[in-house]
Amino acid sequence: MLDRVATLWPEIILFVTVMLLMLTGTSGDKDIRRAGSWIAGLGLLFAFIFAVRMPEPETLMPGLAGFMRPAACALGFLLLLGLGNVDARLESEVDGGRRFDPLDATQGEQLCFFLLSLIGLMLCTTASDLIWLFLALEMTSLPTYVMVARSRSKTAAQESAVKYFFLGAAAAAIFLYGFAMLYGATGSLHLLDIRAAFEVQAAAGGIGPLAILGLALAVIGVSFKIAAVPMHFYTADVYEGAAAPVTAFLAFVPKAAGFVVLMLLLGTALHLGEGGQPWPEAIRVLLWVLAALTMTIGNALAMWQNRVKRILAYSSIAHSGYMLVGLVAAMEAGGSAGASPATNGFAAVLFYIVVYGITNLGAFLVLACLERRGEEIETFDDIEGLWSRHSGHATILALCTLSLMGLPPLVGFFAKLFLFTSAIRAGEYVLVIVAGLNSAAAAWYYLRLAGVGWVKRPGWEGSEVERTPASARRFAAGVSAAMTILLLALTARLLSAGDQAVQLRPSEAAPHHAAGPAVDRLADR
Amino acid sequence: MLLTLLLIPILTAFAVILRPARQAALIATIGSTAAFAWSMLVWRAFDFGDSAAMQVTASWTWIEPLGLRLSLGVDSIALLLVMLTAALTPLAILGSWTAITQRVREFYLWMLILEAAMLGVFVARDLLVFYIAFEFTLIPMYFLIAVYGSTNRARASIVFFLYTFTGSILTLVGLLYVAWAHWDQYGRWTFDIAALTATAASMSAAQQAWVLLALCCGFAVKVPLFPVHTWLPLAHTEAPTAGSVILAAVLLKLGTYGLYRFAMPMCPAAFHEYAPLIAVLCIVGIIYGALVCWVQRDMKRLIAYSSVSHLGFCVLGLAAINAAGVGGSVMYMINHGLSTGALFLCVGMVYERFHTRSLDELGGLARRMPVWTAFTIFFVLSSVGLPGLNGFVGEFLTFFGAFTSGQPVQGLPTGGPLGPWYGAIAATGMILAAIYLLYFAGHLVFGAYHLPDTSHAGHDDHAHVRLPRDLCMREIAVLAPLALLCFWLGVQPGAILSRIEQPVSEIVTHVNAAADRSMLITAIDESEDR
Repeated sequence: MLDRVATLWPEIILFVTVMLLMLTGTSGDKDIRRAGSWIAGLGLLFAFIFAVRMPEPETLMPGLAGFMRPAACALGFLLLLGLGNVDARLESEVDGGRRFDPLDATQGEQLCFFLLSLIGLMLCTTASDLIWLFLALEMTSLPTYVMVARSRSKTAAQESAVKYFFLGAAAAAIFLYGFAMLYGATGSLHLLDIRAAFEVQAAAGGIGPLAILGLALAVIGVSFKIAAVPMHFYTADVYEGAAAPVTAFLAFVPKAAGFVVLMLLLGTALHLGEGGQPWPEAIRVLLWVLAALTMTIGNALAMWQNRVKRILAYSSIAHSGYMLVGLVAAMEAGGSAGASPATNGFAAVLFYIVVYGITNLGAFLVLACLERRGEEIETFDDIEGLWSRHSGHATILALCTLSLMGLPPLVGFFAKLFLFTSAIRAGEYVLVIVAGLNSAAAAWYYLRLAGVGWVKRPGWEGSEVERTPASARRFAAGVSAAMTILLLALTARLLSAGDQAVQLRPSEAAPHHAAGPAVDRLADR
Repeated sequence: MLLTLLLIPILTAFAVILRPARQAALIATIGSTAAFAWSMLVWRAFDFGDSAAMQVTASWTWIEPLGLRLSLGVDSIALLLVMLTAALTPLAILGSWTAITQRVREFYLWMLILEAAMLGVFVARDLLVFYIAFEFTLIPMYFLIAVYGSTNRARASIVFFLYTFTGSILTLVGLLYVAWAHWDQYGRWTFDIAALTATAASMSAAQQAWVLLALCCGFAVKVPLFPVHTWLPLAHTEAPTAGSVILAAVLLKLGTYGLYRFAMPMCPAAFHEYAPLIAVLCIVGIIYGALVCWVQRDMKRLIAYSSVSHLGFCVLGLAAINAAGVGGSVMYMINHGLSTGALFLCVGMVYERFHTRSLDELGGLARRMPVWTAFTIFFVLSSVGLPGLNGFVGEFLTFFGAFTSGQPVQGLPTGGPLGPWYGAIAATGMILAAIYLLYFAGHLVFGAYHLPDTSHAGHDDHAHVRLPRDLCMREIAVLAPLALLCFWLGVQPGAILSRIEQPVSEIVTHVNAAADRSMLITAIDESEDR
């Protein structure tokens, strides 16, 4: 057990930070309260440093933690900058002479829940068994319900939090049910043992129906976290109801955790294709259908929206669909053996989720940087002609949305490209064409978003949009926009890192018992 | 050297955005002229003795796992199109000094970025670099139309963007398929155009047909071929003058260049097989476009539809797959760029003065604008294909190519896929072109003198600058080089034809030989079946 703990230092550091923040957040001293963001930032920094240097845990995908945890910390840092002062009004009231009441202070709470959710994501990557996986995934989600509810004083935020919570609970029940069936079918909770069981079953003629059903239920349950069909219904309402920085968080952290879990679950059966053994075809078909439906429905609904956040919400559904293509590709191609990084579906998904996380963050944060008569930006009309007064914001929005659209040469193009190459390698031509047409459909609303800052309608008479005084948020948005170009220089390295991250631990006769010295998987490949 | 060529417009764009707005036009003109001067140096450095080979090459690694390299180079055809781009951009910029009065810096910024992207398309030796540049032309053009266009600009810009974006994503899928086939065969990724072309050309005819279909999705929209041409009249009509010029002169050539550079060499057997189908689409486009022109009352729309018709000739030449046809087609790309670009400039100059594009409101301008009249008539004649001017050479060669296409080429048993009928029917398009363009010129220039009611001047919401009655020196400086080029290419077509001979004959042999091979294989299969 202790050797497991030794791989968890980043999470432990963040947890200590959370403890500290709980104290500082309710402190009567204004300066200590304000120091909360700095403490969180320092915590993330240390967690990042440790995450880079941690030894690999002995899990199904040993490299995954080494890729995803630093990425989570780095993106978490940007999110923290964006989250900054969700609670600025209370502070100004206190400045105005009101007595400080710890019960009203939500900023410390927000930061705590934010970090806890991030810890959940990081724990997902080191999961070795189903219980851990379930707990980590729920740890990612539970804090987000509170974050949504407390992010705005409007009732809309609370309404969306309640929706989010109930649907989330239902989804958790579904995939827990799936986990139970997996346990029943394989007799183990350990992912490595499950894989061994699958090997035995496959050698005996195919994976049993109970395990297939379990995997299917788990996939459907997790589709809630990644906002994919059939559990996508909450997305638009919840994203719209929450404050924009929190929405940016929702669009990345639970989604990343969901994809990590999906990769681990599918990883148990992935290598079967290599030996030419029968393959859980039903799961592949399920993912295929989910991918096609998710992107199509997401894009089709996004096109009809006039509210910017709803567009981004539906488009985030569509992005999940694209990433599911990567999963389908990885399954079809039977793991990653003999492949180059550019044809590894899982690596493409990891690349995509990082790129998507960064650019989507920029798009949401631009909205959070602006206000109209004290209200958040809502419709296209609000940001029309943005360039004439806030040229920097218009540029950031354009860069981020064009990258999300997949316009070359921005990095979003390469993210899509890797998904396409991996899917073509897997022979999924139809799915690639569906994805291509969806990207083209998405271009319509992304182009509207990118161009609306420049293109004025004839009757347009100046905008009433003002900047909010959140300079850290503006900085974070700027960074993510710059990343759409700067990441081009790191594309090769990031993709190769993603490829190494998803290498499966070599299959052994009795993996659980022989968990002795770590096998040098690099030499093994 | 080519990288510098790409960087000059980009750096100039930065200079434009950093300096005050009143200097923007001047900086942009100087920068784009410098790019032209640099392209002349490239021309000097190019060895025309070996014009089919990629020259002036350069290459840097970009994304290693994908084998993506930033590699540049030109053969003589690409070089000609580079020259066309580099020559037309400064003229288009010079032509919009007074037309653009608001948001001046952004306008020149987008023009220069557009120039860099277009040059990037022609100098790319790597497939993805090509694709990136190809797609990136959309963004500057979108903003040029959406911000500086006339009344219906919002719709036009979005339709333009979506049409081309959708098509080219399918093209990307086709290209990726080829890259994957290469990976499958050799175990490593590359996007080197030469390597992928060789791989694709060795695929089976059925695979080639799918690749051809995917490629055509993007390139046919860009050309545009009938029936996916509907974005073009809208975009041309609504774009500002400089935008229309670049759109007609260069952006449409991206499609024909794509067909020449990718569709033909990559899927030679399929191209040969389906060339008659493509030719039929071309002919429908030629005649349909010409008929629409005949009844058109909007000047820009008329020239836009004439582009549909003319580009039909251009692709028809490619589909003929013989030296005359392909050579004529390349010639046509240059000529159409010059004369249609110039016509858009002429119309734009009228629009700047009278703020209307309607032929109903204008007439008899010869009386008022003699210098303009001289230029306009000259370019109309060039566009009609009057022997002695440039238009004639390309048009004649494409016909001749289509007409004689069935004859065996260079010792190979099968000839091109077309025949005399294709040439004969397409020729009616030439007659129609004479009719509509001369009607247009006759009405606008020599008809009854009447001008629009100036009380409702300003159909759009842009501010205007007062201009002299006839052309000013700046406008003459824009049109005169074009006129000179049209004249020179009319009397000296050999200057270009001799330089493109090698790559043209190479591709003609390549396509026909592949078609022979594939027919032979089919014949063997059939005899074995029996």
